[in-house]
Amino acid sequence: MTIATIAGQNVHVNEEGFLTEFGEWNESIAAELAKDVGIDELTSDHLAVLRFLREDYQSNGETPTLRRVSTVGGFDTKRLFQLFPKKPAKKMSYVAGVPKPVGCV
Amino acid sequence: MKHLLVLGGGSAGTMVVAKLRPRLDPDEWRITVVDQDDEHHYQPGYLFIPFGTYRREDAVKRRSRFIPDGVELVFGKPAKVEPEANRVRLEDGQVLAYDQLIIATGTSPRPEETEGTLGSEWRKSVHEFYTLEGALALKGAIDRFEGGRFVVHITEMPIKCPVAPLELAFLADAHFRERGIRDLVELVYVTPLDGAFTKPVAAAHLGHLLAERGIAVETDFMIERIDAEAKAIVSYDEREIPFDLLVTVPLNKGADFLAGSGLVDHLNYVQVDKHTGQSRHYPNVFALGDAADLPTSKAGATAHYSIDVFTENFQQHARGLPMTHAYDGHANCFVESGNGKGLLLDFNYDTQPLPGRYPLPGVGPFALLEESELNHAGKLMFKWAYWHVLLRGRELPLPADMSMAGKVLEATS
Repeated sequence: MTIATIAGQNVHVNEEGFLTEFGEWNESIAAELAKDVGIDELTSDHLAVLRFLREDYQSNGETPTLRRVSTVGGFDTKRLFQLFPKKPAKKMSYVAGVPKPVGCV
Repeated sequence: MKHLLVLGGGSAGTMVVAKLRPRLDPDEWRITVVDQDDEHHYQPGYLFIPFGTYRREDAVKRRSRFIPDGVELVFGKPAKVEPEANRVRLEDGQVLAYDQLIIATGTSPRPEETEGTLGSEWRKSVHEFYTLEGALALKGAIDRFEGGRFVVHITEMPIKCPVAPLELAFLADAHFRERGIRDLVELVYVTPLDGAFTKPVAAAHLGHLLAERGIAVETDFMIERIDAEAKAIVSYDEREIPFDLLVTVPLNKGADFLAGSGLVDHLNYVQVDKHTGQSRHYPNVFALGDAADLPTSKAGATAHYSIDVFTENFQQHARGLPMTHAYDGHANCFVESGNGKGLLLDFNYDTQPLPGRYPLPGVGPFALLEESELNHAGKLMFKWAYWHVLLRGRELPLPADMSMAGKVLEATS
């Protein structure tokens, strides 16, 4: 576990750069994280997805899968691929400051 | 007389009644198990059926043989749980009232959830191996396979036994080598995750296994449909992966009768406290095994270790006392890697699979996160232990809580 400085703030990150402390996230950090994954500007559409991820993670203790983001959050899957190109599941969770979806190994 | 009702007589349902019956006073507690038929399937055995290692009779025995004396077995299909009224309605009209309810109805593959799966190629060039019929049909297809693109595909997490698709790819590689046609087969492993291995230590230790075997990996693949005519799987971002033989793992969902009960999430998994299995909505409802929404692998090992903890807790709960034991998410599993070898993983909610020795620190005999013949032998021995030890509620000499002793911690950053 290391400390990184993002948007002028010290935050805890893991070996892949994901935030490990839920409470350390804010929108200015998200804007910097988004740039890391090739998203120059976070629009209100991006932010709506990020907010759903964070709320769902908080109530269930687990990052929602793409399918859940679409069926429960009501976001169209193709739209998610436009907003977070090529790797939406990983990019959304990275920018939202929640763990990436994983298997058991 | 109080009534404990258990829905599902599979691994979790059978193990829990075997544990609880001798521990609950028979004058005070009546126990009933409901299941739809008299076939208990050893589901880990499905993996070996397509390669002829196991046959149907290795994977199926009579369910009633494993339900202990003093527990009533009712054959029927639940139609509806009514937790406000403490009762379950069966499809045949029976109504079963309960004081405490355990839901252990598992999870099942839903090929109908992905467009095109049940089309003209179903069970011809489009297969699955998470049912006995599916595994048997796949055996025929593999026997007839003379070369081409063999694609192993996972629709979406969570799935039952999350390493099984990887094992199938390893076993297929070994099988085609043995038949001398490996050079005619292109093996592709397709996952919705960002890699075949997603945990850093496991990825570092095991990443080479796929490259060594010449298995190509396609990541972040979110399937939209199967194009049976073109024989390709198509993703939402319009990637197409052609196949000659597809082994897909369809979306997994909990039992349909749970939908609308107020107990479950969008995939019909019962929302529970991850340390006790108690419903987050009704204190006299529990879920064990794959039916629960625990944030860990859906696997027999998870059920087994969590039931050890649950048994202690339920004896307190039955007397109106607070439950003082907490399940830590411990699970372990043998992973077949082909050619008579296997791997062993041991982990919990907070600790990813690490290298080392298990169960005795420094000694083993099993090696964690590395290939060995003994790990393969362990997997085959497990079938015996399942039928004779686990389902009978007897103890394996392994503690329920995960131990860090014997594990090697290494820096991952």
